[in-house]
Amino acid sequence: MNFDFSDDQKMLKDQARKFLTEKCPTKVVRKILESDEPYDKALWKQIGEMGWLGTAIPEEYGGLGLGHLELCVIAEELGRAAAPVPFSSSVYLATEALLIAGSDAQKKKYLPKLASGEWIGTFAIAEGPQPPSPKTIKATFKGGKLDGTKTPVPDGDVADFAVVLAKSADGAGERSLSLAIVDLKGAGVSRRAVKTIDPSRSQAELSFKGAAADALGPAGDGWDLAKRVLDRAAVLMAFEQVGGADACLVMAKDYALNRYAFGRTIASFQAIKHKLADMYVLNELARSNAYFGAWALSTNAADLAEAAAGARISATDAFHNASKENIQTHGGMGFTWELDCHLYYRRSKVLSLALGASRVWKDRLVNHLEKKNVA
Amino acid sequence: MDFNDTPQEATFRKEVRAWLEANAKPKSATGFSAENPRFQRNETEALKIAKAWQAKKAEKRYARITWPTENGGLGGTPIQQVVYNQEESKFDVPSGFFEIGLGMCIPTVTHYASKDVAARYVKPALYGEEIWCQLFSEPSAGSDVAGLKTRAEKDGDDWVINGQKVWTSGAHYSDYGILLTRTDPNVPKHKGLTMFYLSMKSPGVEVRPIKQMSGGANFNEVFFTNVRIPDSQRLGNVGDGWGVALTTLMHERLAVGGGQGGSGADVNELLALARETELEDGPAIRNASVRERIAEWYVRGQGLKYTTYRTLTALSQGRVPGPEASIAKVVVAPKMQDLASFGMDLEDMGGVMVGEDSPMLGAFQQSFMWAPGLRIAGGTDEILKNIIAERVLGLPADIRVDKDIPYNKLPTGR
Repeated sequence: MNFDFSDDQKMLKDQARKFLTEKCPTKVVRKILESDEPYDKALWKQIGEMGWLGTAIPEEYGGLGLGHLELCVIAEELGRAAAPVPFSSSVYLATEALLIAGSDAQKKKYLPKLASGEWIGTFAIAEGPQPPSPKTIKATFKGGKLDGTKTPVPDGDVADFAVVLAKSADGAGERSLSLAIVDLKGAGVSRRAVKTIDPSRSQAELSFKGAAADALGPAGDGWDLAKRVLDRAAVLMAFEQVGGADACLVMAKDYALNRYAFGRTIASFQAIKHKLADMYVLNELARSNAYFGAWALSTNAADLAEAAAGARISATDAFHNASKENIQTHGGMGFTWELDCHLYYRRSKVLSLALGASRVWKDRLVNHLEKKNVA
Repeated sequence: MDFNDTPQEATFRKEVRAWLEANAKPKSATGFSAENPRFQRNETEALKIAKAWQAKKAEKRYARITWPTENGGLGGTPIQQVVYNQEESKFDVPSGFFEIGLGMCIPTVTHYASKDVAARYVKPALYGEEIWCQLFSEPSAGSDVAGLKTRAEKDGDDWVINGQKVWTSGAHYSDYGILLTRTDPNVPKHKGLTMFYLSMKSPGVEVRPIKQMSGGANFNEVFFTNVRIPDSQRLGNVGDGWGVALTTLMHERLAVGGGQGGSGADVNELLALARETELEDGPAIRNASVRERIAEWYVRGQGLKYTTYRTLTALSQGRVPGPEASIAKVVVAPKMQDLASFGMDLEDMGGVMVGEDSPMLGAFQQSFMWAPGLRIAGGTDEILKNIIAERVLGLPADIRVDKDIPYNKLPTGR
């Protein structure tokens, strides 16, 4: 039994934490939240220089050729710091889509620039306030041209290219969808930033009018590929969520220990102690589920889809709980703009919706359980 | 990351497996079989089978793998114990009667009694010839066990015991017990306690089963009327009983942390029930709200399973496991209660029925009636959360209003 990260991976994690503690204190997150800047460009540049963006990209495509376990430990630290950078869009989504579906030419074209941070990629599937599905998606990809609107697209306002899920055939079947890769600076693309609950991470509406695009993967495979990309991203994002949940627990604990009321520290009241114990329990369950996801992702296990759903559901639950109860522990101060609690409350909800809501993942998880039970 | 054994673990697993195959029957595919000693209804018969199995294990030194060889153990590592447990769980063998004695009482006796005394008791316990129980909880001292009343008064070379214990598992078939008593009511509660061991056959000891709300009787009340215990059976110094009890409870935690009880209705049963139950809009398994609940409980169960894997990894690498193992019971017990209740909801009006009239022989109903006890036994949900808050997160202990007050001046309720 070796269900833990290696010493080297733990060292990488420590380095990441040290780096982000220094370069990305919450005032950096706040700066993006309170300004029109879409992301922290200086931090992004440094992250690129350290090679994090190419952690799981093979060396032949300009990456470090490490693996997904290494990416998981970095993701946890980015979550702890609530880093205001387009990491998840570019690394968990665009890079993973290219890794599993890209042709060699596409990999050669995009991966080195993703690894260096020169290009930012994103993944565009949502079309407004409803879950995207073969029945609801309207954007089309036909004859090498994209038409339609995708919104909200994380980092869509700053990305250089997007992987887009669109209709390539008539009907509402799963085979009616394909993935396309499109240059967002090209003709026929317009974009507008959309307002969201978390301005420390920007999102945009992308409109395509006959924009030239390349197929990514075989025609008709779009829905299946999108689910596979989301599974992979779910594991990585689960670590980001676990990091965020842990940060909330630490904040709540520190505040409770130093806040006095009724003549004693509020951390001595059972109402607070039990609240924090509950947070700890959910966080540990989430961490353990995320570890299993990491194992499944790093070994391309047959159970990856199930592991990813478990990691996502558990991490979403833990971060949501920790971020809201952190505010509650802080009392009135927690509701102020001045304190940092709301940074994590916002981020928690954004991450919980980014790859689809828990409701959808729970349904998918039970699909896997049903199949397993039959087999 | 992998789930593989180290070469040493693999070798040990092979040895254990071979021995089990030669000495026990593998579990049938369905799990529940009439011959399975785990489901033996007649306790006298079950005890006989269990004692025979225990003697076999002890002979092979598998009864307590981590104990030193001079105490009849294998002198093995915690991970070897885990490997043994994993393999044993695949066989129809009895369990349960000796855990309290070997897990808690005997380690306390060996820690505090002389070598000769310990030698007298260790081997019979290991071989299942003598069974031990733990006499701590009282009617007015549950979570606050240090508030116990049972008096021990010195009389010559003896102590005379009067009082009552409660929730004593297995007292009715136990040969010995360790007993926490109050020897000095004039000092604050933690300071006036003293620990003894005694024969449960001593004159003046009366054991009465407690009928639980579930209908079963797994526990007892034990009454002490002028029971005499020689001073030579004292464990630790007079007044140091609390420290001795903490040693015992520390062993309890290690014993409990070793394996998670997987009886009763769980997600697999719920999944099966949802497949076979027809709701107003089709099979329950197709109902979105049912699916959502199944997924939530499944994820919790998996989270615990992988938390155990993290603990095992630490043991396998010779490290001290992190505090994450402390979350198990506070997750398991409420989950059992909610899941059982939900399963009964799926059965709707028919959910009231138990036994053969009910799906899966009433597994959900049984869990429903057992879960309230699980949330209390071995530390209530509330006490466990206090423990996580204080020992894991480092939050301050409760302000103790009884800390500096003599025990006999403490306010009491009814």
